[in-house]
Amino acid sequence: MIENRPGLNFLAHLVLIFGVAIVAMPVWIAFVASTHTATDFSSGTIPMLPGPHLVENYSRMLDSGLSTSGTPPVGWMMVNSLIMALSIAIGKIVISVLSAFAIVYFRFPFRNFAFWCIFITLMLPVEVRIVPTFQVVAGLGLLNSYAGLSIPLIASATATFLFRQVFLTIPDELTEAARIDGAGPMKFFRDILLPLSRTNIAALFVILFIYGWNQYLWPLLVTTDSSYYTIVAGIKRMADAVDGLPQWHLVMATAIMAMLPPVAVVIAMQKLFVKGLVETEK
Amino acid sequence: MKRTIFNNQLLPWLLLAPQLAITFIFFIWPAAQAVWQSFLREDAFGIKTTFVGMENYWRLLDSPEYMNSLQVTAVFAVSVTLLSMGFSLLLAVAVDRMIKSSQIYTTLLVWPYAVAPAVAGILWWFIFNPTIGILPYVLDQFRYDWNHISDKGDAMLLVVIASAWKQISYNFLFFVAGLQSIPSSLREAAAIDGAGPVKRFFTITLPLLSPTTFFLMVVNIVYAMFDTFAVIDSTTEGGPAQATNIMVYKVYFDGFVGQNLGSSGAQSVILMLIVIALTVIQFRYVEKKVEY
Repeated sequence: MIENRPGLNFLAHLVLIFGVAIVAMPVWIAFVASTHTATDFSSGTIPMLPGPHLVENYSRMLDSGLSTSGTPPVGWMMVNSLIMALSIAIGKIVISVLSAFAIVYFRFPFRNFAFWCIFITLMLPVEVRIVPTFQVVAGLGLLNSYAGLSIPLIASATATFLFRQVFLTIPDELTEAARIDGAGPMKFFRDILLPLSRTNIAALFVILFIYGWNQYLWPLLVTTDSSYYTIVAGIKRMADAVDGLPQWHLVMATAIMAMLPPVAVVIAMQKLFVKGLVETEK
Repeated sequence: MKRTIFNNQLLPWLLLAPQLAITFIFFIWPAAQAVWQSFLREDAFGIKTTFVGMENYWRLLDSPEYMNSLQVTAVFAVSVTLLSMGFSLLLAVAVDRMIKSSQIYTTLLVWPYAVAPAVAGILWWFIFNPTIGILPYVLDQFRYDWNHISDKGDAMLLVVIASAWKQISYNFLFFVAGLQSIPSSLREAAAIDGAGPVKRFFTITLPLLSPTTFFLMVVNIVYAMFDTFAVIDSTTEGGPAQATNIMVYKVYFDGFVGQNLGSSGAQSVILMLIVIALTVIQFRYVEKKVEY
Protein backbone atom coordinates (compact mmCIF):
# COMPACT_ATOMS: atom_id res chain seq x y z
CA MET A 1 0.00 0.00 0.00
CA ILE A 2 1.26 3.40 -0.95
CA GLU A 3 -0.69 5.94 0.99
CA ASN A 4 -3.27 5.59 3.70
CA ARG A 5 -6.69 6.44 2.38
CA PRO A 6 -9.41 5.12 4.66
CA GLY A 7 -12.08 5.96 2.10
CA LEU A 8 -10.46 3.85 -0.61
CA ASN A 9 -9.87 0.98 1.77
CA PHE A 10 -13.51 1.07 2.76
CA LEU A 11 -14.50 1.07 -0.89
CA ALA A 12 -12.20 -1.90 -1.58
CA HIS A 13 -13.77 -3.88 1.26
CA LEU A 14 -17.19 -2.99 -0.08
CA VAL A 15 -16.29 -4.19 -3.59
CA LEU A 16 -14.90 -7.44 -2.21
CA ILE A 17 -17.87 -8.16 0.02
CA PHE A 18 -20.16 -7.48 -2.92
CA GLY A 19 -18.00 -9.80 -5.06
CA VAL A 20 -18.03 -12.59 -2.50
CA ALA A 21 -21.81 -12.24 -2.20
CA ILE A 22 -22.30 -12.52 -5.98
CA VAL A 23 -19.98 -15.48 -6.20
CA ALA A 24 -21.66 -17.26 -3.28
CA MET A 25 -25.26 -16.39 -4.14
CA PRO A 26 -26.09 -19.33 -6.45
CA VAL A 27 -24.68 -21.83 -4.00
CA TRP A 28 -26.57 -20.30 -1.09
CA ILE A 29 -29.83 -20.47 -3.02
CA ALA A 30 -29.12 -24.07 -4.02
CA PHE A 31 -28.36 -24.94 -0.43
CA VAL A 32 -31.55 -23.28 0.85
CA ALA A 33 -33.60 -25.07 -1.82
CA SER A 34 -32.06 -28.39 -0.83
CA THR A 35 -33.37 -28.06 2.73
CA HIS A 36 -37.04 -27.64 1.78
CA THR A 37 -39.75 -29.89 0.39
CA ALA A 38 -41.15 -29.66 -3.13
CA THR A 39 -44.38 -28.10 -1.85
CA ASP A 40 -42.47 -25.13 -0.39
CA PHE A 41 -41.72 -23.99 -3.96
CA SER A 42 -45.12 -24.61 -5.46
CA SER A 43 -46.73 -21.99 -3.22
CA GLY A 44 -44.90 -19.33 -5.23
CA THR A 45 -43.02 -17.58 -2.44
CA ILE A 46 -39.34 -18.39 -2.59
CA PRO A 47 -37.73 -19.27 0.73
CA MET A 48 -34.53 -17.36 1.55
CA LEU A 49 -33.60 -19.26 4.70
CA PRO A 50 -32.82 -22.96 5.15
CA GLY A 51 -35.72 -25.23 6.03
CA PRO A 52 -35.86 -28.24 8.35
CA HIS A 53 -35.52 -30.99 5.73
CA LEU A 54 -31.74 -31.03 5.26
CA VAL A 55 -30.97 -34.45 6.70
CA GLU A 56 -34.06 -36.00 5.14
CA ASN A 57 -33.32 -34.77 1.58
CA TYR A 58 -29.61 -35.54 1.60
CA SER A 59 -29.88 -39.00 3.11
CA ARG A 60 -32.69 -39.84 0.70
CA MET A 61 -30.52 -38.86 -2.29
CA LEU A 62 -27.43 -40.63 -0.98
CA ASP A 63 -29.28 -43.90 -0.30
CA SER A 64 -31.89 -44.23 -2.99
CA GLY A 65 -31.62 -41.30 -5.39
CA LEU A 66 -34.34 -40.15 -7.74
CA SER A 67 -35.91 -43.33 -8.99
CA THR A 68 -37.98 -41.52 -11.63
CA SER A 69 -34.89 -40.31 -13.49
CA GLY A 70 -33.33 -43.76 -13.77
CA THR A 71 -30.18 -42.66 -11.95
CA PRO A 72 -28.57 -44.73 -9.20
CA PRO A 73 -28.20 -43.39 -5.65
CA VAL A 74 -25.98 -40.31 -5.38
CA GLY A 75 -23.59 -42.18 -3.08
CA TRP A 76 -22.92 -44.66 -5.87
CA MET A 77 -22.43 -41.94 -8.50
CA MET A 78 -19.94 -40.22 -6.21
CA VAL A 79 -17.93 -43.43 -5.95
CA ASN A 80 -17.86 -43.60 -9.77
CA SER A 81 -16.77 -39.95 -9.99
CA LEU A 82 -14.06 -40.62 -7.44
CA ILE A 83 -12.74 -43.61 -9.39
CA MET A 84 -12.79 -41.61 -12.61
CA ALA A 85 -11.11 -38.52 -11.10
CA LEU A 86 -8.39 -40.55 -9.38
CA SER A 87 -7.68 -42.66 -12.49
CA ILE A 88 -7.36 -39.55 -14.64
CA ALA A 89 -5.17 -37.67 -12.14
CA ILE A 90 -2.85 -40.57 -11.33
CA GLY A 91 -2.75 -41.90 -14.90
CA LYS A 92 -1.93 -38.50 -16.37
CA ILE A 93 0.81 -37.82 -13.85
CA VAL A 94 2.43 -41.23 -14.35
CA ILE A 95 2.55 -41.16 -18.16
CA SER A 96 3.57 -37.48 -18.22
CA VAL A 97 6.40 -37.78 -15.73
CA LEU A 98 7.79 -40.80 -17.61
CA SER A 99 7.62 -39.17 -21.02
CA ALA A 100 9.08 -35.89 -19.76
CA PHE A 101 11.98 -37.89 -18.29
CA ALA A 102 12.55 -39.60 -21.65
CA ILE A 103 12.46 -36.32 -23.56
CA VAL A 104 14.75 -34.37 -21.25
CA TYR A 105 17.36 -36.98 -20.29
CA PHE A 106 17.84 -39.03 -23.46
CA ARG A 107 18.88 -38.36 -27.04
CA PHE A 108 17.36 -40.78 -29.49
CA PRO A 109 16.18 -40.79 -33.11
CA PHE A 110 12.75 -39.25 -33.69
CA ARG A 111 12.91 -37.51 -30.32
CA ASN A 112 11.50 -34.33 -31.83
CA PHE A 113 8.82 -36.26 -33.65
CA ALA A 114 7.66 -37.86 -30.38
CA PHE A 115 7.71 -34.45 -28.74
CA TRP A 116 5.47 -32.96 -31.44
CA CYS A 117 3.04 -35.87 -31.29
CA ILE A 118 2.52 -35.10 -27.62
CA PHE A 119 2.45 -31.37 -28.24
CA ILE A 120 -0.36 -31.65 -30.76
CA THR A 121 -2.79 -33.00 -28.13
CA LEU A 122 -2.83 -29.48 -26.69
CA MET A 123 -4.73 -28.45 -29.78
CA LEU A 124 -7.39 -31.14 -29.85
CA PRO A 125 -9.87 -30.87 -26.99
CA VAL A 126 -12.16 -33.87 -26.71
CA GLU A 127 -15.26 -31.80 -27.52
CA VAL A 128 -13.90 -31.03 -30.97
CA ARG A 129 -13.30 -34.59 -32.16
CA ILE A 130 -16.10 -36.09 -30.14
CA VAL A 131 -17.76 -38.34 -32.73
CA PRO A 132 -14.65 -40.21 -33.98
CA THR A 133 -13.26 -40.54 -30.44
CA PHE A 134 -16.53 -42.09 -29.36
CA GLN A 135 -16.34 -44.50 -32.32
CA VAL A 136 -12.80 -45.55 -31.39
CA VAL A 137 -13.78 -46.18 -27.76
CA ALA A 138 -16.90 -48.08 -28.84
CA GLY A 139 -14.82 -50.13 -31.30
CA LEU A 140 -12.44 -51.12 -28.50
CA GLY A 141 -15.42 -52.28 -26.42
CA LEU A 142 -14.70 -49.73 -23.70
CA LEU A 143 -18.22 -48.28 -23.39
CA ASN A 144 -19.61 -48.63 -19.87
CA SER A 145 -16.28 -49.24 -18.19
CA TYR A 146 -13.97 -47.27 -15.94
CA ALA A 147 -11.24 -47.63 -18.56
CA GLY A 148 -13.49 -46.01 -21.18
CA LEU A 149 -14.34 -43.21 -18.76
CA SER A 150 -10.76 -42.33 -17.92
CA ILE A 151 -8.15 -43.49 -20.45
CA PRO A 152 -9.21 -41.24 -23.39
CA LEU A 153 -8.88 -38.22 -21.08
CA ILE A 154 -5.46 -39.22 -19.73
CA ALA A 155 -3.15 -38.15 -22.55
CA SER A 156 -2.42 -34.48 -22.33
CA ALA A 157 0.48 -32.32 -23.20
CA THR A 158 0.15 -29.76 -20.39
CA ALA A 159 1.33 -32.15 -17.68
CA THR A 160 4.24 -33.34 -19.85
CA PHE A 161 5.26 -29.74 -20.46
CA LEU A 162 5.11 -28.90 -16.78
CA PHE A 163 7.42 -31.79 -15.86
CA ARG A 164 9.73 -30.93 -18.74
CA GLN A 165 10.09 -27.40 -17.33
CA VAL A 166 10.72 -28.77 -13.84
CA PHE A 167 13.38 -31.23 -15.04
CA LEU A 168 15.15 -28.56 -17.09
CA THR A 169 15.69 -26.50 -13.92
CA ILE A 170 17.35 -29.40 -12.08
CA PRO A 171 21.13 -28.82 -12.21
CA ASP A 172 23.27 -31.08 -14.41
CA GLU A 173 25.71 -31.55 -11.53
CA LEU A 174 23.16 -33.73 -9.77
CA THR A 175 22.90 -36.05 -12.75
CA GLU A 176 26.69 -36.18 -13.09
CA ALA A 177 27.14 -36.98 -9.42
CA ALA A 178 24.52 -39.70 -9.63
CA ARG A 179 26.22 -41.24 -12.65
CA ILE A 180 29.66 -41.15 -11.02
CA ASP A 181 28.12 -42.96 -8.07
CA GLY A 182 27.01 -45.62 -10.51
CA ALA A 183 23.28 -44.88 -10.61
CA GLY A 184 21.43 -46.03 -13.73
CA PRO A 185 18.73 -43.91 -15.32
CA MET A 186 15.83 -45.51 -13.45
CA LYS A 187 17.58 -45.28 -10.11
CA PHE A 188 18.30 -41.60 -10.80
CA PHE A 189 14.65 -41.11 -11.77
CA ARG A 190 13.32 -42.77 -8.63
CA ASP A 191 15.78 -41.44 -6.05
CA ILE A 192 16.44 -37.93 -7.33
CA LEU A 193 13.92 -36.69 -9.92
CA LEU A 194 10.73 -37.90 -8.26
CA PRO A 195 11.53 -36.54 -4.78
CA LEU A 196 12.56 -33.19 -6.30
CA SER A 197 9.28 -32.82 -8.17
CA ARG A 198 7.07 -33.82 -5.24
CA THR A 199 5.36 -30.46 -4.80
CA ASN A 200 4.74 -30.15 -8.55
CA ILE A 201 3.17 -33.59 -8.58
CA ALA A 202 0.93 -32.70 -5.63
CA ALA A 203 -0.12 -29.38 -7.18
CA LEU A 204 -0.88 -31.03 -10.50
CA PHE A 205 -2.82 -33.74 -8.74
CA VAL A 206 -5.20 -31.16 -7.24
CA ILE A 207 -5.91 -29.62 -10.64
CA LEU A 208 -6.30 -32.94 -12.44
CA PHE A 209 -8.57 -34.35 -9.76
CA ILE A 210 -10.93 -31.40 -10.26
CA TYR A 211 -10.66 -31.75 -14.03
CA GLY A 212 -11.59 -35.43 -13.81
CA TRP A 213 -14.40 -34.98 -11.32
CA ASN A 214 -16.01 -32.20 -13.37
CA GLN A 215 -16.06 -34.06 -16.69
CA TYR A 216 -19.49 -33.93 -18.25
CA LEU A 217 -19.83 -34.68 -21.96
CA TRP A 218 -17.54 -37.68 -22.01
CA PRO A 219 -19.21 -39.65 -19.20
CA LEU A 220 -22.60 -38.71 -20.61
CA LEU A 221 -21.68 -40.39 -23.90
CA VAL A 222 -19.76 -43.48 -22.81
CA THR A 223 -22.06 -44.58 -19.99
CA THR A 224 -25.49 -45.94 -20.82
CA ASP A 225 -25.43 -48.41 -17.95
CA SER A 226 -26.56 -46.51 -14.87
CA SER A 227 -24.09 -48.31 -12.61
CA TYR A 228 -21.29 -46.28 -14.29
CA TYR A 229 -22.98 -42.86 -14.08
CA THR A 230 -20.89 -40.09 -12.57
CA ILE A 231 -22.52 -37.45 -10.41
CA VAL A 232 -21.87 -34.42 -12.65
CA ALA A 233 -23.36 -36.18 -15.67
CA GLY A 234 -26.11 -37.66 -13.48
CA ILE A 235 -27.41 -34.24 -12.42
CA LYS A 236 -28.42 -33.46 -15.96
CA ARG A 237 -30.35 -36.71 -16.19
CA MET A 238 -32.17 -35.79 -12.97
CA ALA A 239 -32.93 -32.25 -14.07
CA ASP A 240 -34.38 -33.58 -17.33
CA ALA A 241 -36.92 -35.57 -15.35
CA VAL A 242 -37.89 -32.47 -13.40
CA ASP A 243 -40.55 -31.32 -15.83
CA GLY A 244 -43.30 -33.50 -14.34
CA LEU A 245 -43.29 -32.82 -10.63
CA PRO A 246 -40.82 -30.18 -9.46
CA GLN A 247 -38.12 -32.10 -7.59
CA TRP A 248 -35.84 -29.09 -7.42
CA HIS A 249 -35.03 -29.60 -3.77
CA LEU A 250 -33.54 -33.01 -4.58
CA VAL A 251 -31.70 -31.83 -7.71
CA MET A 252 -30.17 -28.98 -5.69
CA ALA A 253 -29.13 -31.38 -2.92
CA THR A 254 -27.34 -33.42 -5.60
CA ALA A 255 -25.71 -30.28 -7.02
CA ILE A 256 -24.36 -29.40 -3.58
CA MET A 257 -23.01 -32.91 -3.11
CA ALA A 258 -21.40 -32.83 -6.58
CA MET A 259 -19.63 -29.58 -5.66
CA LEU A 260 -18.41 -30.57 -2.21
CA PRO A 261 -15.41 -32.83 -2.98
CA PRO A 262 -13.65 -30.60 -5.55
CA VAL A 263 -14.39 -27.41 -3.60
CA ALA A 264 -13.06 -29.02 -0.43
CA VAL A 265 -9.89 -30.02 -2.28
CA VAL A 266 -9.36 -26.46 -3.58
CA ILE A 267 -9.87 -24.85 -0.21
CA ALA A 268 -7.78 -27.39 1.70
CA MET A 269 -4.93 -27.28 -0.82
CA GLN A 270 -5.21 -23.62 -1.80
CA LYS A 271 -1.47 -22.88 -1.86
CA LEU A 272 -0.62 -25.98 -3.88
CA PHE A 273 -3.57 -25.43 -6.15
CA VAL A 274 -2.60 -21.86 -7.04
CA LYS A 275 1.02 -22.88 -7.61
CA GLY A 276 -0.05 -25.72 -9.86
CA LEU A 277 -2.49 -23.56 -11.79
CA VAL A 278 -0.07 -20.73 -12.49
CA GLU A 279 2.76 -23.12 -13.42
CA THR A 280 0.70 -25.38 -15.65
CA GLU A 281 -0.63 -22.49 -17.66
CA LYS A 282 2.77 -20.92 -18.26
CA MET B 1 19.15 -28.35 -22.99
CA LYS B 2 20.79 -30.91 -20.72
CA ARG B 3 24.52 -31.55 -21.05
CA THR B 4 24.42 -34.77 -19.07
CA ILE B 5 22.27 -37.41 -20.67
CA PHE B 6 21.83 -41.15 -20.47
CA ASN B 7 22.93 -43.17 -23.48
CA ASN B 8 20.31 -45.90 -23.42
CA GLN B 9 18.46 -46.20 -26.77
CA LEU B 10 15.60 -48.54 -25.92
CA LEU B 11 14.66 -47.18 -22.51
CA PRO B 12 13.33 -43.78 -23.69
CA TRP B 13 10.92 -45.52 -26.06
CA LEU B 14 9.66 -47.71 -23.23
CA LEU B 15 9.15 -44.60 -21.11
CA LEU B 16 7.32 -42.85 -23.92
CA ALA B 17 5.25 -45.86 -24.94
CA PRO B 18 2.18 -45.33 -22.72
CA GLN B 19 1.90 -41.63 -23.57
CA LEU B 20 2.40 -42.21 -27.31
CA ALA B 21 -0.01 -45.16 -27.41
CA ILE B 22 -2.83 -43.16 -25.81
CA THR B 23 -2.05 -40.12 -27.92
CA PHE B 24 -2.24 -42.11 -31.15
CA ILE B 25 -5.31 -44.17 -30.28
CA PHE B 26 -7.43 -41.46 -28.65
CA PHE B 27 -6.14 -38.22 -30.18
CA ILE B 28 -4.40 -38.47 -33.51
CA TRP B 29 -6.42 -41.35 -34.97
CA PRO B 30 -9.82 -39.76 -34.13
CA ALA B 31 -8.62 -36.39 -35.39
CA ALA B 32 -7.56 -38.01 -38.66
CA GLN B 33 -10.96 -39.72 -38.80
CA ALA B 34 -12.69 -36.37 -38.38
CA VAL B 35 -10.72 -34.95 -41.28
CA TRP B 36 -11.49 -38.02 -43.43
CA GLN B 37 -15.19 -38.00 -42.55
CA SER B 38 -15.41 -34.36 -43.48
CA PHE B 39 -14.83 -35.38 -47.12
CA LEU B 40 -17.46 -38.12 -47.10
CA ARG B 41 -21.18 -38.19 -47.42
CA GLU B 42 -23.29 -40.97 -45.95
CA ASP B 43 -26.79 -41.79 -47.18
CA ALA B 44 -29.75 -41.73 -44.80
CA PHE B 45 -29.42 -45.39 -43.81
CA GLY B 46 -25.65 -45.34 -43.34
CA ILE B 47 -25.15 -48.03 -45.98
CA LYS B 48 -23.29 -46.17 -48.68
CA THR B 49 -20.60 -43.54 -48.24
CA THR B 50 -19.25 -41.53 -51.12
CA PHE B 51 -16.29 -39.24 -51.34
CA VAL B 52 -17.58 -35.73 -51.97
CA GLY B 53 -14.43 -33.64 -51.54
CA MET B 54 -15.07 -30.17 -50.18
CA GLU B 55 -18.84 -30.37 -50.54
CA ASN B 56 -19.52 -30.63 -46.79
CA TYR B 57 -17.52 -27.44 -46.27
CA TRP B 58 -19.30 -25.52 -49.02
CA ARG B 59 -22.65 -26.64 -47.64
CA LEU B 60 -21.67 -25.46 -44.17
CA LEU B 61 -20.57 -22.07 -45.40
CA ASP B 62 -23.83 -21.81 -47.32
CA SER B 63 -26.01 -22.84 -44.39
CA PRO B 64 -27.69 -20.00 -42.47
CA GLU B 65 -27.72 -22.25 -39.39
CA TYR B 66 -23.94 -22.51 -39.37
CA MET B 67 -23.53 -18.79 -39.95
CA ASN B 68 -25.90 -18.24 -37.03
CA SER B 69 -23.81 -20.58 -34.90
CA LEU B 70 -20.63 -18.66 -35.79
CA GLN B 71 -22.28 -15.42 -34.82
CA VAL B 72 -23.72 -16.85 -31.60
CA THR B 73 -20.29 -18.22 -30.66
CA ALA B 74 -18.65 -14.83 -31.26
CA VAL B 75 -21.22 -12.92 -29.20
CA PHE B 76 -21.08 -15.53 -26.45
CA ALA B 77 -17.27 -15.73 -26.25
CA VAL B 78 -16.80 -11.96 -26.24
CA SER B 79 -19.52 -11.42 -23.61
CA VAL B 80 -18.21 -14.14 -21.28
CA THR B 81 -14.64 -12.86 -21.62
CA LEU B 82 -15.50 -9.21 -21.00
CA LEU B 83 -17.91 -9.83 -18.14
CA SER B 84 -15.72 -12.28 -16.30
CA MET B 85 -12.43 -10.43 -16.83
CA GLY B 86 -13.88 -7.04 -15.93
CA PHE B 87 -15.39 -8.26 -12.71
CA SER B 88 -12.26 -10.25 -11.79
CA LEU B 89 -9.98 -7.29 -12.41
CA LEU B 90 -12.11 -5.12 -10.11
CA LEU B 91 -11.87 -7.73 -7.36
CA ALA B 92 -8.14 -8.29 -7.90
CA VAL B 93 -7.40 -4.55 -7.67
CA ALA B 94 -9.42 -4.39 -4.45
CA VAL B 95 -7.62 -7.38 -2.95
CA ASP B 96 -4.27 -5.89 -3.93
CA ARG B 97 -4.92 -3.01 -1.49
CA MET B 98 -5.50 -5.42 1.38
CA ILE B 99 -2.68 -6.46 3.66
CA LYS B 100 -4.22 -8.46 6.43
CA SER B 101 -7.42 -9.72 4.85
CA SER B 102 -6.26 -10.58 1.33
CA GLN B 103 -5.86 -14.25 2.18
CA ILE B 104 -9.41 -14.54 3.50
CA TYR B 105 -10.93 -12.80 0.50
CA THR B 106 -8.89 -14.95 -1.88
CA THR B 107 -10.16 -18.12 -0.22
CA LEU B 108 -13.73 -16.85 -0.43
CA LEU B 109 -13.35 -16.07 -4.13
CA VAL B 110 -11.28 -18.98 -5.36
CA TRP B 111 -13.59 -21.96 -4.88
CA PRO B 112 -15.91 -21.54 -7.92
CA TYR B 113 -12.95 -22.82 -9.94
CA ALA B 114 -13.81 -26.25 -8.59
CA VAL B 115 -17.49 -26.13 -9.54
CA ALA B 116 -18.25 -28.18 -12.65
CA PRO B 117 -19.56 -26.10 -15.59
CA ALA B 118 -22.57 -28.43 -15.73
CA VAL B 119 -23.35 -27.70 -12.07
CA ALA B 120 -22.88 -23.96 -12.63
CA GLY B 121 -25.41 -24.21 -15.45
CA ILE B 122 -27.94 -26.04 -13.27
CA LEU B 123 -27.52 -23.53 -10.42
CA TRP B 124 -28.19 -20.51 -12.61
CA TRP B 125 -30.97 -22.29 -14.44
CA PHE B 126 -32.71 -22.78 -11.11
CA ILE B 127 -32.13 -19.19 -10.05
CA PHE B 128 -33.59 -17.94 -13.35
CA ASN B 129 -36.40 -20.51 -13.50
CA PRO B 130 -39.39 -18.49 -14.79
CA THR B 131 -41.92 -20.01 -12.36
CA ILE B 132 -40.02 -20.54 -9.10
CA GLY B 133 -36.66 -18.81 -9.62
CA ILE B 134 -35.64 -15.91 -7.45
CA LEU B 135 -34.32 -13.52 -10.09
CA PRO B 136 -37.41 -13.56 -12.36
CA TYR B 137 -39.36 -12.69 -9.20
CA VAL B 138 -37.06 -9.72 -8.57
CA LEU B 139 -37.12 -8.70 -12.25
CA ASP B 140 -40.90 -8.87 -12.17
CA GLN B 141 -40.88 -6.05 -9.61
CA PHE B 142 -39.16 -3.96 -12.29
CA ARG B 143 -41.80 -5.11 -14.80
CA TYR B 144 -39.35 -7.25 -16.75
CA ASP B 145 -40.86 -10.52 -17.84
CA TRP B 146 -37.94 -12.99 -17.76
CA ASN B 147 -38.30 -16.17 -19.78
CA HIS B 148 -35.18 -17.91 -21.06
CA ILE B 149 -37.26 -20.80 -22.40
CA SER B 150 -38.87 -18.69 -25.10
CA ASP B 151 -36.86 -15.47 -25.24
CA LYS B 152 -33.60 -15.61 -27.23
CA GLY B 153 -31.93 -12.71 -25.44
CA ASP B 154 -32.78 -14.04 -22.00
CA ALA B 155 -31.41 -17.46 -22.91
CA MET B 156 -28.13 -15.96 -24.12
CA LEU B 157 -27.87 -13.85 -20.97
CA LEU B 158 -28.42 -16.93 -18.84
CA VAL B 159 -25.60 -18.96 -20.42
CA VAL B 160 -23.27 -15.94 -20.44
CA ILE B 161 -23.83 -15.31 -16.72
CA ALA B 162 -23.42 -18.97 -15.76
CA SER B 163 -20.22 -19.32 -17.83
CA ALA B 164 -18.70 -16.03 -16.66
CA TRP B 165 -19.50 -16.78 -13.01
CA LYS B 166 -17.56 -20.04 -13.20
CA GLN B 167 -14.51 -18.26 -14.69
CA ILE B 168 -14.25 -15.40 -12.15
CA SER B 169 -11.96 -17.26 -9.76
CA TYR B 170 -9.54 -18.25 -12.50
CA ASN B 171 -9.17 -14.72 -13.88
CA PHE B 172 -9.00 -13.32 -10.36
CA LEU B 173 -6.02 -15.54 -9.44
CA PHE B 174 -4.07 -14.58 -12.56
CA PHE B 175 -4.82 -10.86 -12.14
CA VAL B 176 -3.68 -10.99 -8.50
CA ALA B 177 -0.46 -12.73 -9.57
CA GLY B 178 0.00 -10.10 -12.29
CA LEU B 179 -0.57 -7.21 -9.88
CA GLN B 180 1.89 -8.64 -7.38
CA SER B 181 4.61 -8.83 -10.00
CA ILE B 182 4.42 -5.06 -10.64
CA PRO B 183 7.26 -3.46 -8.63
CA SER B 184 5.75 -1.27 -5.93
CA SER B 185 8.56 1.28 -6.42
CA LEU B 186 6.91 2.34 -9.69
CA ARG B 187 3.64 3.16 -8.03
CA GLU B 188 5.36 4.77 -5.08
CA ALA B 189 7.32 7.04 -7.38
CA ALA B 190 4.12 8.04 -9.15
CA ALA B 191 2.43 8.69 -5.82
CA ILE B 192 5.28 10.98 -4.77
CA ASP B 193 4.87 12.81 -8.06
CA GLY B 194 1.29 13.42 -7.05
CA ALA B 195 -0.60 10.89 -9.15
CA GLY B 196 -3.78 9.74 -7.44
CA PRO B 197 -4.93 6.13 -7.25
CA VAL B 198 -7.16 6.36 -10.33
CA LYS B 199 -4.49 7.98 -12.46
CA ARG B 200 -1.93 5.45 -11.25
CA PHE B 201 -4.24 2.61 -12.19
CA PHE B 202 -4.71 3.81 -15.76
CA THR B 203 -1.15 5.01 -16.45
CA ILE B 204 0.92 2.38 -14.61
CA THR B 205 -1.01 -0.66 -13.43
CA LEU B 206 -3.14 -1.31 -16.49
CA PRO B 207 -0.33 -1.06 -19.08
CA LEU B 208 1.97 -3.25 -16.97
CA LEU B 209 -0.85 -5.73 -16.59
CA SER B 210 -1.33 -6.03 -20.33
CA PRO B 211 0.63 -9.32 -20.75
CA THR B 212 -1.61 -10.96 -18.13
CA THR B 213 -4.69 -9.42 -19.71
CA PHE B 214 -3.72 -10.70 -23.14
CA PHE B 215 -3.00 -14.19 -21.85
CA LEU B 216 -6.32 -14.29 -20.01
CA MET B 217 -8.14 -13.06 -23.09
CA VAL B 218 -6.90 -16.03 -25.13
CA VAL B 219 -7.59 -18.50 -22.32
CA ASN B 220 -11.09 -17.11 -21.77
CA ILE B 221 -11.97 -17.28 -25.44
CA VAL B 222 -10.82 -20.92 -25.52
CA TYR B 223 -12.85 -21.57 -22.36
CA ALA B 224 -15.98 -19.92 -23.74
CA MET B 225 -15.68 -21.75 -27.05
CA PHE B 226 -14.98 -25.27 -25.78
CA ASP B 227 -15.41 -25.78 -22.03
CA THR B 228 -18.88 -24.28 -21.87
CA PHE B 229 -20.40 -27.23 -23.68
CA ALA B 230 -21.70 -28.50 -20.33
CA VAL B 231 -23.26 -25.14 -19.46
CA ILE B 232 -25.20 -25.10 -22.73
CA ASP B 233 -26.24 -28.74 -22.57
CA SER B 234 -27.42 -28.58 -18.97
CA THR B 235 -29.49 -25.44 -19.56
CA THR B 236 -30.75 -24.33 -22.97
CA GLU B 237 -29.55 -27.20 -25.21
CA GLY B 238 -28.79 -24.65 -27.91
CA GLY B 239 -32.28 -23.14 -27.93
CA PRO B 240 -34.60 -21.35 -28.15
CA ALA B 241 -34.54 -21.23 -31.96
CA GLN B 242 -30.74 -21.80 -32.15
CA ALA B 243 -30.08 -18.71 -30.02
CA THR B 244 -27.42 -20.41 -27.88
CA ASN B 245 -26.22 -23.07 -30.33
CA ILE B 246 -22.47 -22.44 -30.08
CA MET B 247 -20.13 -24.26 -32.48
CA VAL B 248 -19.00 -26.97 -30.07
CA TYR B 249 -22.59 -27.78 -29.28
CA LYS B 250 -23.50 -27.95 -32.94
CA VAL B 251 -20.68 -30.42 -33.67
CA TYR B 252 -22.06 -32.71 -31.00
CA PHE B 253 -25.68 -32.21 -31.97
CA ASP B 254 -25.21 -32.73 -35.71
CA GLY B 255 -22.96 -35.75 -35.13
CA PHE B 256 -24.77 -37.60 -32.36
CA VAL B 257 -28.36 -36.50 -32.55
CA GLY B 258 -28.59 -35.60 -36.24
CA GLN B 259 -26.25 -38.46 -37.33
CA ASN B 260 -24.80 -36.22 -40.03
CA LEU B 261 -21.18 -37.37 -39.76
CA GLY B 262 -19.88 -35.54 -42.82
CA SER B 263 -21.08 -32.16 -41.64
CA SER B 264 -20.01 -32.84 -38.06
CA GLY B 265 -16.56 -33.85 -39.32
CA ALA B 266 -16.22 -30.67 -41.35
CA GLN B 267 -17.25 -28.62 -38.31
CA SER B 268 -14.66 -30.49 -36.21
CA VAL B 269 -11.94 -29.60 -38.69
CA ILE B 270 -12.92 -25.91 -38.67
CA LEU B 271 -12.88 -25.93 -34.86
CA MET B 272 -9.48 -27.64 -34.79
CA LEU B 273 -8.08 -24.91 -37.00
CA ILE B 274 -9.44 -22.29 -34.58
CA VAL B 275 -7.90 -24.07 -31.56
CA ILE B 276 -4.58 -24.41 -33.36
CA ALA B 277 -4.58 -20.68 -34.17
CA LEU B 278 -5.40 -19.77 -30.56
CA THR B 279 -2.74 -22.15 -29.21
CA VAL B 280 -0.10 -20.68 -31.50
CA ILE B 281 -1.01 -17.17 -30.33
CA GLN B 282 -0.80 -18.30 -26.71
CA PHE B 283 2.61 -19.90 -27.19
CA ARG B 284 4.00 -16.91 -29.04
CA TYR B 285 3.00 -14.86 -26.03
CA VAL B 286 4.55 -17.33 -23.58
CA GLU B 287 7.85 -17.18 -25.44
CA LYS B 288 7.80 -13.40 -25.28
CA LYS B 289 7.10 -13.51 -21.60
CA VAL B 290 10.10 -15.77 -21.02
CA GLU B 291 12.38 -13.13 -22.55
CA TYR B 292 11.47 -10.53 -19.93
